[in-house]
Amino acid sequence: MSAFDSLNPQAIGKHLWRLRLAAAQLPGLAEAVREDGGQLVALWGSDDRHLGAGYAVHVVFLAARGLVWVSAGLAAEAPAYPDLAAVFPQAGRMQRATWDLLGIRAEGAADGRKWLRHGAWPADAHPLRKDYAGEPVRETDAYPFVRVAGDGVHEIPVGPIHAGVIEPGHFRFSIIGERVLKLEERLGYTHKGIEKRFEGMDPDTGARLAGRVSGDSHVAYAWAYCMAVEAATGAQVPERALWLRALFLEIERVANHLGDLGYLGNDVALSFGLNQFWRLKEEWLRLSEALFGHRYLFDRVVPGGVAADLVGGSALAEYCLAVADEVRELKAVYDEHAGLQDRFANTGICAPELAARLGLTGLAGRASAQAWDARVQFPQFPYDGLEVNMATHRRGDVLARAEVRFAELFESLRLIAEIIAGMQEGALRADLPQVTAPCEGIGWVEGWRGEIVVAVRLGADGRLDRVHPHDPSWRNWPLLETSTLGNIVPDFPVINKSFNLSYSGQDL
Amino acid sequence: MAAHLILQKILKTGRVSEPAPAADPALRTRVQALQAEILRVFGQAVAVRHVDAGSCNGCELEIHALNAPQYNIEGLGVKFAASPRHVDVLLVTGPVSRNLETALKRTYEATPEPKWVVAMGDCGCTGGLFGASYAACGRVADVIPVDVEVPGCPPTPTALLQGILAAVSGGR
Repeated sequence: MSAFDSLNPQAIGKHLWRLRLAAAQLPGLAEAVREDGGQLVALWGSDDRHLGAGYAVHVVFLAARGLVWVSAGLAAEAPAYPDLAAVFPQAGRMQRATWDLLGIRAEGAADGRKWLRHGAWPADAHPLRKDYAGEPVRETDAYPFVRVAGDGVHEIPVGPIHAGVIEPGHFRFSIIGERVLKLEERLGYTHKGIEKRFEGMDPDTGARLAGRVSGDSHVAYAWAYCMAVEAATGAQVPERALWLRALFLEIERVANHLGDLGYLGNDVALSFGLNQFWRLKEEWLRLSEALFGHRYLFDRVVPGGVAADLVGGSALAEYCLAVADEVRELKAVYDEHAGLQDRFANTGICAPELAARLGLTGLAGRASAQAWDARVQFPQFPYDGLEVNMATHRRGDVLARAEVRFAELFESLRLIAEIIAGMQEGALRADLPQVTAPCEGIGWVEGWRGEIVVAVRLGADGRLDRVHPHDPSWRNWPLLETSTLGNIVPDFPVINKSFNLSYSGQDL
Repeated sequence: MAAHLILQKILKTGRVSEPAPAADPALRTRVQALQAEILRVFGQAVAVRHVDAGSCNGCELEIHALNAPQYNIEGLGVKFAASPRHVDVLLVTGPVSRNLETALKRTYEATPEPKWVVAMGDCGCTGGLFGASYAACGRVADVIPVDVEVPGCPPTPTALLQGILAAVSGGR
C-alpha cells in the first residue's frame, strides 16, 4: 500500500502523475510519502486569481510510481498552507522563496526568514503576483545569520564575489582554529526574475529562456521544459528527435564531468589533472560545435523536436572510445596518487542516513547511497530501451563523488555509441497543436547534476502563463553545509567543487 | 607509481598549446597583437578578475575553457587573479541582478586605475533574454563604465581573447 493508492492520482505521462487535494491534507500525505521512502523534489506557488481561483501551492513528490505533482488551491486573501519542512527539511528554502515571490505563507514553519529577497523589493511586495507593479527599490539587505558564540570562535565571511571563476553567493563560516563549526549559506544573489520573465512568452522563446536557467545544464532544462509544453499541448514528438535529445543530454553530461574531474584534481594541487581533463573537454566542445553548431548545444532542443541533426555518427562513436581510453589513463593516475587520495578520502562526508533524511539528490546523492536516477527507474523514450547502469557509492565523501563521476562518464560514453546505433532516420520536429484553453504539463529529465523538473501552464492564447523550473541544487545546497562541518577551511573548495551546485538554478 | 604515470601521460600528450605556427594565421595575428599590446601597456602581463553579476553560468563555462591548455593564456601574459585589487581588467558576465548591483559597484571601486571593463555575453551587452526587470538591471554598462562588449551566448574563448585585446589596446 503506497501513499498515493487511495488518492487516485491521474496519469499525465509516463511515470508522471497529477493530484489535486486540500492544503490541509499535505502534511499527512508528506508523512506517508516519507514512510514509503519517497522524497519531496520541489515546492512552488502560483497566482491563479486571473483564472477565477485564488492562489495555489504545488509540491512534487518522488514515489515508487514516479513523479507526482500535487496541487492545493488556496484562498485569494492571506493564502497559506501547512509547513512541510518538518517532514521534508529540503522544503524549507523553497517555502521561504514562495513567500518572497508570491506572499503565500507556510504556517508553522520554523524558519521564517526571507530567502530570494535581498533589498530589491520591499517585504510586503511579491513580484510573482500577477498584479505586481512595484518599482525596484534599494533597501539595506539585513539578514539575520545564525551566530555561533564561545571561546575562540570566529567568523569568516566569504562572497558574494568569490576568488575563483565561480558564481556568486555568500558563505558564513564559524570556525574554531581551522575546524568549521558551522557553515551558513546566503544565496539569491543571481536572482534575475526568470519566472516572471516567462509570463507572456511564446513557447519557442520560453525554450531558450528555460535553457538559460542554469547554462551548464542547458540541454536538461530545455528538454524538461519542452516535455512539459508537449504534454500540455498534446504534441507528438518524432522518435528521431527524442533520440537526438538523449544524445545531447549525454554529451552535456560528459562535458560537465570532464570539467569537474579536472577541477577536483586542481583543488588538491594536481594541476596535471586540470590540464589533461580540460584538454579533453575543449576537444569535446569543439566536436560538439562541429557536429551541431554550438559548443554547449544551446537552442538545439526546441518545442516539438530538435533543431540539429547528427550526420556522420560513426566518427562520434569512435571518438567516444578514444576519450574513454584517455580517461582510463587519467583515472589510473587519480587512483595511484597518494596526495590526491589523501585529500579526497574522508573529506566532506555526507553519510547515507543524513542524505536520506535531508533529501540529497543527483550525482551527489548517488555518492551517498541514494540510488535514484530517472534514466534507470523511470526512463522516458529512448532511455526505456537503453538499460542505463546506475553509479552509486556509500562513502559520501569527495572521493565517492569523484568515483561516481568517473563511472557516469564511462557510462555516458557507452550510451552515446548505443544511441547512435539505435537511431532511425525520421523527422526532427513536429508542430505544436493549437491551444484553445489553459493547459498544463510537467517535464522531468535526469541532468548531469540531478533531476531537472519544469512545470508549465499555457494560457488560452497559447502563451506561457506560469513556468516553474526546478534545479536539484535546491535540495543539495543545505547538505553542502552539513558536509563541511568538522572539516578544515582549506578543504572547503574541493568539497564545494565535488558537489558543484548551481547558484543561478536555485536563485532563479 | 603515480609520478611514473603522470610523466608518461605528459610525454604522450605532448604540447597542445595553440596557436600552432601555421595552423590558423588569423588567430596567430591576434594573439601576437595581444601580446604586443600587453607588453606595451603593462610591461609584462595583464591580470583579469571575473565578476559574475547574475549570469546563467554559461559564460563562466567559456572563461574556464579559456584556461584550457590549448589557449595557453598565461603564456601570453593573461592571468586570472583572485582579488579586484590585483587586476587591470574586470570581466563582467550576466544581466546585472539587483541583488549584485552593489557588489559589482564595490568591485569596480576596489580595482585600481588604470582599469578596463569587458562586458561578456549577450546578457552583459544588452541584458539578453533576461532583460531589465524588478530583479535585473540589464546590461553591465548601465551599472559601471564599460570599455568593450563581447557578444555571444556564450562568446567563444577566442572571442573573449579578442575582447580582452580590444580593451587593453584602447590606449587609456
